[in-house]
Amino acid sequence: MKVEAKELEFQTSTAPQTGADLLIDLLKKEGVETLFGYPGGAVLPIYDAIYRAQGTIQHILFRHEQGMIHAAEGYARITGKPGVVIATSGPGATNLVTGITDAMMDSLPLVVFTGQVARNVIGTDAFQEADVMAITTPITKHNYQVRSIADLPRIVKEAFHIASTGRPGPVLVDIPKDISAGLLSEEPKEATINLPGYQPTTKPNPLQIKKLADSITKAKKPVILSGAGVLHGKASAELTAFAEQHQLPVVTTLLGLGTFPADSPLSLGMGGMHGTYAANMALYECDLLINFGARFDDRLTGNLKHFAPNAKVAHIDIDPAEIGKNVPTQIPIVSDSKEALTELRTETKESPNHEEWLETLKQYKQDYPLWFKHDSNGMCPQWVIEAVHKVTNGDAIVATDVGQHQMWAAQYYTFKQPHRWITSGGLGTMGFGFPAAIGAQIAAPDSTVVAIVGDGGFQMTLQELSIIYERNLPVKIIIVNNGALGMVRQWQELLHGNRISESILHTQPDFVKLAESYSIRGYRVDTQEELITVLPEVFAYNGPVLVDCRVLQQEKVFPMIAPGKGIHEMIGVKP
Amino acid sequence: MKRIITATVQDRSGVLYRVTGLLQRRQFNIESISVGPTETEGISKMTLVVEVEDEQRLEQVTKQLNKQIDVLKVSDITDKAIVARELALIKVASSSQLRSEINGIIDPFRALIIDVSKDSLAIQITGRPDKIDALIELLRPYGIKEIARTGLTALQRGHQPQVNELAAHALLK
Ligand SMILES: Cc1ncc(C[n+]2csc(CCOP(=O)(O)OP(=O)(O)O)c2C)c(N)n1
Ligand SMILES: [Mg+2]
Repeated sequence: MKVEAKELEFQTSTAPQTGADLLIDLLKKEGVETLFGYPGGAVLPIYDAIYRAQGTIQHILFRHEQGMIHAAEGYARITGKPGVVIATSGPGATNLVTGITDAMMDSLPLVVFTGQVARNVIGTDAFQEADVMAITTPITKHNYQVRSIADLPRIVKEAFHIASTGRPGPVLVDIPKDISAGLLSEEPKEATINLPGYQPTTKPNPLQIKKLADSITKAKKPVILSGAGVLHGKASAELTAFAEQHQLPVVTTLLGLGTFPADSPLSLGMGGMHGTYAANMALYECDLLINFGARFDDRLTGNLKHFAPNAKVAHIDIDPAEIGKNVPTQIPIVSDSKEALTELRTETKESPNHEEWLETLKQYKQDYPLWFKHDSNGMCPQWVIEAVHKVTNGDAIVATDVGQHQMWAAQYYTFKQPHRWITSGGLGTMGFGFPAAIGAQIAAPDSTVVAIVGDGGFQMTLQELSIIYERNLPVKIIIVNNGALGMVRQWQELLHGNRISESILHTQPDFVKLAESYSIRGYRVDTQEELITVLPEVFAYNGPVLVDCRVLQQEKVFPMIAPGKGIHEMIGVKP
Repeated sequence: MKRIITATVQDRSGVLYRVTGLLQRRQFNIESISVGPTETEGISKMTLVVEVEDEQRLEQVTKQLNKQIDVLKVSDITDKAIVARELALIKVASSSQLRSEINGIIDPFRALIIDVSKDSLAIQITGRPDKIDALIELLRPYGIKEIARTGLTALQRGHQPQVNELAAHALLK
């Protein structure tokens, strides 16, 4: 009895007791509300502390570390705040590698805590020891191994600061078990950030802004390229106002979708490998290219020799290393996108004289829109996306996996607003979409969240169906089921002499029964008529639903720029 | 082109791995790298000699290094007025009869014999890498058994000449 009383006292005491209790305390101080986690030996002390925290911080137990880190990415994409991940040492940590790399490539803020074996056995190949610091050095913005409890407050503070400022990214904190289990010898002191080597520039150089403003006024064929940096800077409104004021046409990158309203007459849609004709021709023919927060990825530029060959290039980016990396840049501006746009709006006194250019682009849009042909043999995947767009009014949060369905979603689910689009751009990670949608739904419980996934990629992380049932997260899963690793099949058909090698999924689970086995509603849809009846029901239901949409296998994503080709050498443009 | 880049870094665990891993991943060739503490506690300096194709790649390497949280300052000092030195230890096969002959060779280089055994001797030389290369070539006919080189380390001179004088000072061209 005496022991119990003492335990109770320990549980309700507010002062941190162990390194792990201190960690939870520090997370609360950072405003963390949700932990995406999975327990194991090396993090048992942390889970003890979570237990003692008695629900004051929400922990969501995923079914695989990969699923949980993608969910944390979805959460970060929607909230702009770091997704916080906890995994155990060894296999727990290595299961995170794909997600960490994905977040690094797409600049998503994450703070990842991994357990580590105790300090005295590090380096001895102890049970579940992995060199997580070495593994994650090239895939994190920064990483730390905690060597003393006294360092924990500073490290946690720095980790959140680094992850969420400048160009955001993942930061990993590796915590040896004896640190998290260690008892605090004294009351921890308030930590201060000590990062002399990290001072991101956020304000633009006024001279460069003036130079850009002058170039805009003088341009005959200006175009804006809007990337995810506009999302990080929360600068969509400023960008839209600026473009409208001076009638500047706008191309968005894959990750930049939503930064500029797709229904604006100035919107040319997405550029790049599967971009619109108008967007790609604008990038090809422009004489002034103003890039806000895009990194000139090769999937956007195509062959660099043919990318914006006659243009003066201005690049606004918070990461100086991105400027001039791939494309020679005449007007480099290291800045936060919002700050730059605010300055630019004051500085740009006169609009360019470019009616002819606008007319040309309007004609391109009219003559060569995105297109597909209905087929009596089955449902077109493009149409499925249009149907989802219609029933959700174009207002849903859409997370996709990677493949053809991703590109169709990018093309046909047009966004009017930012922060609604979640996709794996840089790494192109299959298995990303469904868990990312879960994270988004956790971040925005009252929003409609749709996961548009392929039949291949969904099978990489579908174990997380457990979570949406358990938490009644009303994620709507749309499987664009073409019975194939469609994007691979498309490349094989078009670029490898139609040698369809290992890209057909000959057997599949019964996705409806699969959903039902997780106590989730499932529908199978084979025709347009069926989808038209089912979709309103799906979206009216306040709970998770899976819809297995059987679509035509041979459909391809067009237009397409084949690898090595220039941005103007599109195939599959509307005849 | 060969460039000498110095990076002042926080002396934290993993920082050397971070820098070399970065250069390797981005396909920059490191010719040599030397690291040691500086006048400030907790701060180390790395001197890197890298081979880059052009200005754009050079800009990338310095920007990528600068981006590292533990890197405080990156300078390309190739075209500055600098003093740059490397130290090499060279073990040469040598009988006692040859010793004075070798002494005659190394003397103009201001190198020292720092170890002598029955059939070999060890020579210490400090200087610019091209000077060390030259001595090694002269010693090669005697039979070189082992070479250990530190890699280049460098300091900017107290007085930096105007731009037009710089070319004369450039160490690596
Ligand atoms: C983890 C991972 N493995 C392999 C790939 C290569 N890959 C890109 S798209 C694709 C096909 C995806 O098939 P599915 O999920 O059915 O989508 P679809 O293209 O059919 O719409 C593959 C295998 C990848 N992007 N990610
Ligand atoms: Mg498929």
